[in-house]
Amino acid sequence: MNKRAIVALKFAVWLVCLAPLALLVYHGFTNDLGPDPTATVTHATGFATLRLLVISLAVTPLRRLSPRLAWLVRFRRLLGLFAFFYGCLHLLTYLWLYSGFNVAAMIDDIGKRRYIMAGMTAWLLLVPLAATSTKWSIRKLGGKRWQALHRLAYVSGISGVVHYWWIVKSGVRTPITITLVLAVLLLARVVWSVRQRVSRQAGVVTAS
Amino acid sequence: MTGAAALGVAGLLDPRQSMADATKLQTVKSPLSTTGLTPTSYKDITSYNNFYEFGVEKDNPAQNAGKMRTRPWKVTIDGLVKQKKTVSIEELLSFKPIEERVYRHRCVEAWSMVIPWAGYSLSELINWAEPLPKAKYVQFLTLEDASVMPGLREINLNWPYSEGLRMDEAMHPLTLLTFGLYGEVLPNQDGAPVRIVIPWKYGFKSAKSIVKIHFTADQPSTAWNDMAPREYGFYSNVNPNVDHPRWSQKSERRIGAPIFSQRQPTLMFNGYGDQVASLYNGMDLKKYF
Repeated sequence: MNKRAIVALKFAVWLVCLAPLALLVYHGFTNDLGPDPTATVTHATGFATLRLLVISLAVTPLRRLSPRLAWLVRFRRLLGLFAFFYGCLHLLTYLWLYSGFNVAAMIDDIGKRRYIMAGMTAWLLLVPLAATSTKWSIRKLGGKRWQALHRLAYVSGISGVVHYWWIVKSGVRTPITITLVLAVLLLARVVWSVRQRVSRQAGVVTAS
Repeated sequence: MTGAAALGVAGLLDPRQSMADATKLQTVKSPLSTTGLTPTSYKDITSYNNFYEFGVEKDNPAQNAGKMRTRPWKVTIDGLVKQKKTVSIEELLSFKPIEERVYRHRCVEAWSMVIPWAGYSLSELINWAEPLPKAKYVQFLTLEDASVMPGLREINLNWPYSEGLRMDEAMHPLTLLTFGLYGEVLPNQDGAPVRIVIPWKYGFKSAKSIVKIHFTADQPSTAWNDMAPREYGFYSNVNPNVDHPRWSQKSERRIGAPIFSQRQPTLMFNGYGDQVASLYNGMDLKKYF
């Protein structure tokens, strides 16, 4: 893909990633956030986080399908950082609209409620990833170590999905779609690494 | 009301009854109304609903409930009663004067509304139903019709939706047999044509679109309690001191309020403690949550 196409596509990705926030701000100003504005903002930021995280996790498996999709990797950081951005907004809705910045109440709440613990874990795991998202960090850490660290994105995604299951009512199955998508992406990784190992072993055998 | 049959005939002959499909209800004011609160808008009350038979999202009931037919509609009253009875919705509507009762409504999910319901005390109907002395509980069953209720396949609750009350709770004057809101017949998504409203309990206790009222000696099984007994007790009285295992019940979000003024403290028994606390004298409300 040529440079101009990449730039145009990046612009489009920015627009799409900013759309959930733009919609919230617009509906906020037009007083149209629905009957339960707190819930509207919470759900919108939560969904955006989880979806963007899963999309960013889809980059590597998709890229492996064909060498012609190599350019996809140039969007991974952007998607990941937007996931983190919405994760921060989602956390802010909890700190502000649910807890009123009351630290004692929050500590009590977090200790008691496993869905908050899962959500906090998902967010905390994204912090080092966002902090090491620069080219400089990759050089500093070395490719292998950086890559190992950034596999935490999967753990974060799993925590996020667990957080989602733990907040919906028992018997409600709405988180199933995102769960299946994440499971497929994880499975693709496992299949890939097994195949790599097998072909490497085969390589070793023929060499000796 | 001397008997369902007699009423049925009267209902058929009464020209006013041909207006049953009209949306207006004649209501009288009630001293049992909660005062000093601004009711939630009609739009929010009728577009933000939990009625899982029609789907799990808040706007699903308003989108999907239109297909449910509420005429003709019959309610069977059976179990431990002197005689099993079946009454039509027209008979129920003309049985007693319809009162406007403004109540707070608190959902177990920590949101709340203020709703001007229209109905009369359930005790009126129970007295007429003549339950036997052995009857200690009353169970309410909601319509179960997969042809108009897409949610039945979507969610694994034990359908039909079942709720229940202890007899003294059911006989309490605040417990309302409800036919309308804002002076109009209930829209389908709010539980048309007849539901109950128990204002000091979480909303899911207030069964909608009732087709059967069943009197029993033992505590009936109820939908959410069956699903997750640790999360939803049989009593489910609004209580800021007993958290749902997954979220705090100390405060609530008022529906329709601006985002930064939504949060309000939750009141014991949803603010109806003066009237109902005595029902639970000597009971450990943390155990019987």
